[in-house]
Amino acid sequence: MAEPMLELRHLKKAYGALVVTDDVSLSVQKGTLHAIIGPNGAGKTTLIHQMSGLLPSGSGEVVLDGDTITRLPMHERVRRGLARSFQITSILPGFSALENVAMAVQARSGSSFRFFANASREQALNEEATSCLTTVGLGERAGVPAGLLSHGEKRQLELAIALATRPKVLLLDEPLAGTGHDDSQRVVETLRSLKERMTIILIEHDMDAVFSLADRVSVLVYGRVIATDTPAGIRANPEVRAAYLGDEVI
Amino acid sequence: MTATLLFVQSLNGLQFGLILFLIAAGLTLVFGVMDFINLAHGVQYMVGAYLMAAFSAWTGNFGWALLLALPSALAVGLVLEALVFRHLYDRDHLDQVLATFGVILFLNQGVKFVWGAAPLNVPAPGWLAGSVEIADGLLYPVYRLAIIAAGLLVAAMLYLIVNHTRVGMLVRAGASNAPMVSALGVNIRRLFMIVFGFGAMLAGFAGAMVAPILSVEPGMGDNILILAFVVIVIGGIGSIRGAFVAALLVGLVDTVGRSFAPNLLRLLLDPATASQAGRALAPMLIYIFMAAILFFRPSGLFPAKR
Amino acid sequence: MTARAPSGSGTQTRFGRRLGLAPFLLFAAFAVAPFLAAFSGAEGYVLSLLTRVMIFGLAAMSLDLILGYGALVSFGHAAFLGIGAYAVGILASQGSAEILIQVPVALAASALFALVTGAISLRTKGVYFIMITLAFGQMLFFLATSLAAYGGDDGMTVPERSRLFGSRLLESDLAFYWACFLCLLALYGLLRAIVGSRFGRVLRGTRENPVRMESIGYHPFRYQLAAYVISGMMAGLAGCLMANQTEFISPAYMTWQRSGELIFMVVLGGLGSLHGAIIGAAAFLLLEEFLPEFLHAAGFLLQDDMRTRLVENWKMIFGPLLILIVLFARGGIMGLLRRGDHG
Repeated sequence: MAEPMLELRHLKKAYGALVVTDDVSLSVQKGTLHAIIGPNGAGKTTLIHQMSGLLPSGSGEVVLDGDTITRLPMHERVRRGLARSFQITSILPGFSALENVAMAVQARSGSSFRFFANASREQALNEEATSCLTTVGLGERAGVPAGLLSHGEKRQLELAIALATRPKVLLLDEPLAGTGHDDSQRVVETLRSLKERMTIILIEHDMDAVFSLADRVSVLVYGRVIATDTPAGIRANPEVRAAYLGDEVI
Repeated sequence: MTATLLFVQSLNGLQFGLILFLIAAGLTLVFGVMDFINLAHGVQYMVGAYLMAAFSAWTGNFGWALLLALPSALAVGLVLEALVFRHLYDRDHLDQVLATFGVILFLNQGVKFVWGAAPLNVPAPGWLAGSVEIADGLLYPVYRLAIIAAGLLVAAMLYLIVNHTRVGMLVRAGASNAPMVSALGVNIRRLFMIVFGFGAMLAGFAGAMVAPILSVEPGMGDNILILAFVVIVIGGIGSIRGAFVAALLVGLVDTVGRSFAPNLLRLLLDPATASQAGRALAPMLIYIFMAAILFFRPSGLFPAKR
Repeated sequence: MTARAPSGSGTQTRFGRRLGLAPFLLFAAFAVAPFLAAFSGAEGYVLSLLTRVMIFGLAAMSLDLILGYGALVSFGHAAFLGIGAYAVGILASQGSAEILIQVPVALAASALFALVTGAISLRTKGVYFIMITLAFGQMLFFLATSLAAYGGDDGMTVPERSRLFGSRLLESDLAFYWACFLCLLALYGLLRAIVGSRFGRVLRGTRENPVRMESIGYHPFRYQLAAYVISGMMAGLAGCLMANQTEFISPAYMTWQRSGELIFMVVLGGLGSLHGAIIGAAAFLLLEEFLPEFLHAAGFLLQDDMRTRLVENWKMIFGPLLILIVLFARGGIMGLLRRGDHG
């Protein structure tokens, strides 16, 4: 079996006596889409925070493409190819959609300690940013201040910003949350087209999307992974049905 | 000789530290509970001193003057709260800094307007005048000992209020998580007002107590305000215990440092350079001390927020 | 602190053009003023007041870089004025009045102080940052009061104004006025370029959402520290000019009240527009200068002694005015212009 692109080894996070994630181990192969599902409060977002470096881990390791990155700050992880989106939309509202993305392009192309030339006129940055916007279907809205975009558009912008860092691994925290039907169809199609280019870890409540996109699915309950399998395997797993799916139809 | 001097300076430091604590206690609560940065806290100390001077001249009696000065200081605090501060709780720190800066300008000039620019003197009460022999041949002013006693008493009282009353519990809860307290259905505005008035009164009390040993003059609150900020930042914003420990530390470091820095430096440098460097270094000591503490503990010694 | 600063995204349309006009008018006014002053009958007074306005404008503008574009409320900015002023005063009293020595020394000292104090201060956030910058400012203030050789508490007279290539050109108030004008114009251009550059864009990004900036690969600390150093050096230059104008240095340059006034100038003009800071400085100083006169005129109904008392205590009007501006004029003067534009 090939080296995994992203590997979590025994990750744990606790606040005092409250254990949020407990002994989570996952191994995600290159070029696959790995979904993590679980009921609310299962620790999914905390797990993403631990992977991306927003929260330090109590114990355990995060390994990206063979390198241990557990102790690296968030911005260093991004530079090594680990990008993320946020569950609660986190953009720069005063900047245009284009500049939001161009900022991410700028972070990995050349120094940002350049003090004189006007950044918003740098063609190379803008072109790549435009292409990221087009990928997620926001090409037409490049000039609009991000704060004025609709909710669905902001979700798409989040995705475009993450893409602009040219990640090896993309961590997506509920990219469909709060989007309407049309918008969510568009995001699902975008994700399908991205699958071939990068490794994706997806947290999502929309089961239709999860089961149509994922190569593998892990189920997180009370901070623990109770099963990891193919979508079909998860559907058939009695333990999953008992612990989580219950009466939900999948 | 040096040991005696060290002892006297430590007592002075303790007295200064306790005064700082009286000011810092209100400041740290207002800060911690309301997330409100109040530059005008120093002028409330000044107002306390002026009220003391005025009432003491009027009644001719220290005790009566103090009894009148305290509620008046409280009233000034509440009026300011209603007129200005109340409208700033929802604003960012920058607005709070500026508006309370305006209050400083107003009150510093206001006391000049009412009492003139010349410093005022307040006589210490007869029964606290003079000195007492605290060790062999060592005299120490009784009034300064009285300040130490009063400061310790207030500190103990604050400890009881904050740890053993309902208001105290709300204040502690507010300092660590204000939204939670208002979610519990507590009238947060009224809690703010109580904390604010109480803080203003403590600062006023500090001003009234030092009036007999310092000259009462416009701007006397400005520098002590900065020291009070240093105290609450070292102690951890919102923590009464932190303010107490930090106030004593700052009081001691400042007072003892000023008299001993030149002596200590003499061990390393020649006497002339040492005394010059010592004089330069001494007033900077507490700021260096604060920077050092924040370098290792960016939220102070006893952070109240979680 | 971020909400009020206008977005720097270049998407404002009508206002963008209006914004382009405001700085032009501002600098044109400074350029024309000396010629008008010649006819005013009080040329010396007008020139010295406007020189002061430009120097404070420079200091306030430097603060705007970190306060308006970086959302860093530094409460110790006056320290840099002091560093610049003392560099000029100390060097001049040691016999080196050459500006080509004084200014580099002042800039190097400011940069060093900014680098060390900034590196410590920026580890903290919010209120702690305000307080620690305040403490560093106080530290320098007390250092200045202990410099017995250079006047201690009382300060000292600067023996002569800076020389340029040995010439005493700047002794002329008019020449000095133009020197200040050129400094202000050049640094305005420089800062305008910086805020639009890659660096400036990252700085503006950290103002809006530091976590987002980290999540796309930036370490905000580095950019904030660099901005802090640039800002400190520019304020240091303003300090050099100030010592030359007043020909006097004292610890009063770096009181915390002075730092507060600088913040007020920036907020009064409008955060994050650069020329707003200059306008704010002008409004502040002119108000300070003419409020007593205005009160004198407004008090014509009062008896003479009351009238004198009113004028003497103009700060009792000034303080509440400040409070009212904070409470009601959000966005400062530039904000009012913008609202006028939309209405």
